[in-house]
Amino acid sequence: MTGESRTGALTPLPIEADVLVVGGGMAACWAGIAAARAGAKVVLVDKGYVGTSGVTATGGPGHWWVSPEGDARKEAIGKRLATGYGLADPGWMERVIDTTWRTLPTLASYYRFNVNDQGETVYNALRGPEYVRALRHAAMDAGVTILDQSPVLELLLHEDGSVAGANGVRRQEHRAYTARAGAVILATGGAGFLGGLLGSSTNTGDGHLMALEAGAELSGMEFSNAYSVSPRWSSTRTLIYSYARYFDADGKELDALPHNGVLERALINGPVYALLNECPDGLRKSLPQIQPMTLLPFVRKGITDVYEKPFEVKLFAEGTIRGTGGLRIVGERCETTIAGLYAAGDTATRELIVGATSGGGSPNSAWALTSGLLSGAGAAELARSRGRRVDARVRAQGTVGLRPRGSAKTVDRRSVLKSAQDEILPLDKNLFRSGSKLENSLGVLDSAWRELRDHDYAAGPEAVIARETASVVATARLCYTAALARDESRGMHQREDASEQKPEKARRLLIGGLDEIWTRPEAEAQWRPTHA
Amino acid sequence: MLELIVRDRCTGCNRCVEVCPTNVLEPGPEKVPVTARVEHCQTCFMCELYCKEDAIYVGPDRDQREPVNEAELVASGLLGQYRRDSGWDEWAENPKYENQIWKLGPYIQAGGKRSAERVHARIAERKQQAAPAPQVDIGQPKERL
Repeated sequence: MTGESRTGALTPLPIEADVLVVGGGMAACWAGIAAARAGAKVVLVDKGYVGTSGVTATGGPGHWWVSPEGDARKEAIGKRLATGYGLADPGWMERVIDTTWRTLPTLASYYRFNVNDQGETVYNALRGPEYVRALRHAAMDAGVTILDQSPVLELLLHEDGSVAGANGVRRQEHRAYTARAGAVILATGGAGFLGGLLGSSTNTGDGHLMALEAGAELSGMEFSNAYSVSPRWSSTRTLIYSYARYFDADGKELDALPHNGVLERALINGPVYALLNECPDGLRKSLPQIQPMTLLPFVRKGITDVYEKPFEVKLFAEGTIRGTGGLRIVGERCETTIAGLYAAGDTATRELIVGATSGGGSPNSAWALTSGLLSGAGAAELARSRGRRVDARVRAQGTVGLRPRGSAKTVDRRSVLKSAQDEILPLDKNLFRSGSKLENSLGVLDSAWRELRDHDYAAGPEAVIARETASVVATARLCYTAALARDESRGMHQREDASEQKPEKARRLLIGGLDEIWTRPEAEAQWRPTHA
Repeated sequence: MLELIVRDRCTGCNRCVEVCPTNVLEPGPEKVPVTARVEHCQTCFMCELYCKEDAIYVGPDRDQREPVNEAELVASGLLGQYRRDSGWDEWAENPKYENQIWKLGPYIQAGGKRSAERVHARIAERKQQAAPAPQVDIGQPKERL
């Protein structure tokens, strides 16, 4: 057999490309499409399957959609600047709106866009599984080589510090691979901490950990505490909850509105029930055609009167998926602070367009599309000018789970994971933050980190689980370290012990480091409010 | 969580093995794939969507398996419901299952508005009840009262 060494172990499968895309959701696909159309040889490696992986595939993404006519864009940008609380950038917003507007119609030969009741084609609202399936086909037609079930485990750097590729594993073949490329795009999604949000089990923050190990800077990790409502027993799609009424265990109706904290506080104190009796008939009739997945779990639970009978709900953590933090972007092609390394979608900070606020689905999708396209074009150009450098010496950057600092021993990953989740998922710790709560949580998270760092070791497909566990712990530490450093309240980051927004804190907060985590305010906010 | 693959329907194509985003399944010794890592199942129903034989049943609870009776399940009509409602494959041209995702945004907006009005009205009503009875202007100079 080729590639077999004398020890009997297979040598890693060699992969070579101009551009390596890591991830398989919408940002990764758009990145691959852009790079391939720019003439690059592109290999896209995904942990799962491009078409089902990630939070888009199980969702129904709307996109920020503003006509270039009149003052519509100016007004949309103005609104977003206000809710960005000084951290967003109007130039980036303009770019994202315009790119999205021009790009989505080009997918028409792969995706059957809806026609609304007025007879107009609707380009900005897509159903997730069909959307990512369309992107998969578009990427393949553009010449992208897609490797499914091929998670990346670590980045490779050249001796000059620039990115050289990645090591990973074809997990269904139990075969390691080494990919070398002129540029690498991280589009691995946000960090959802394995909290159960629909579609997010793949989004463990793998790209964040790999980038941290390589020395990258991140930004906005304090904006990482979005939650979404669902039945207690499963995270489903959320459309119907826009009409929901909520009740506590005594049957008292709650004055719950989005982000007013009433539902959140009630859930800390006891069970909360949703009643969907205000959903209009038109919605009830159309729902299976809007979101075919929404009623499915109810029916299977034997709940046939979903609109008439209250049921218990839970808030599922969305971490940095609907939160905004991620890798720091330092250029207009979504360059990170590491030469040759780009970030797209939820892996990158979305502060550039939404600042300190979540943004919700539609700016987030527009950002994934735009950052994908920009990074793909940028990576292709860089790879063309620098070459693949496949003969240059490289150094693998992976630490936790791959190269334990101390003696390797069996680590109970599930209990380590649970200890971290018990700090980062609960509403009372992550939503209603305070300095002392954050310090306590960081103590727990630091010891989880040390346990994994010193002792965990795995190879082959098991290494994927080890690295996911490490990624959850690593990103949780970043979120709380940033939250502790931002000793004020701004946007989605609210501190009980510092409830005011401080004018001098209108800067993005950068963060990095692996064992010792550092933070520092960005030197200059790229945009400063000009209102009087 | 993934609960059952109906043996009589499964053709052994292993498409579900290929598409599962969390690598729950493995090709089996016989035609039916083996559920090797059910603890990683995220209850996303993607395997059902991609199974043209409608052989797969995912239970509704993401935290625990809920055993089902295979014969009852096959008779229930639940198998293949998601693929059908999604208008995939042979259902693609059936207008009953036409994708209407464009309605999502308008309904979310309308629902948000409706909920806000309801909550604000309730708060206002409570304030009114708690307040003393409103004074009635009886048209007399105040100093005479």
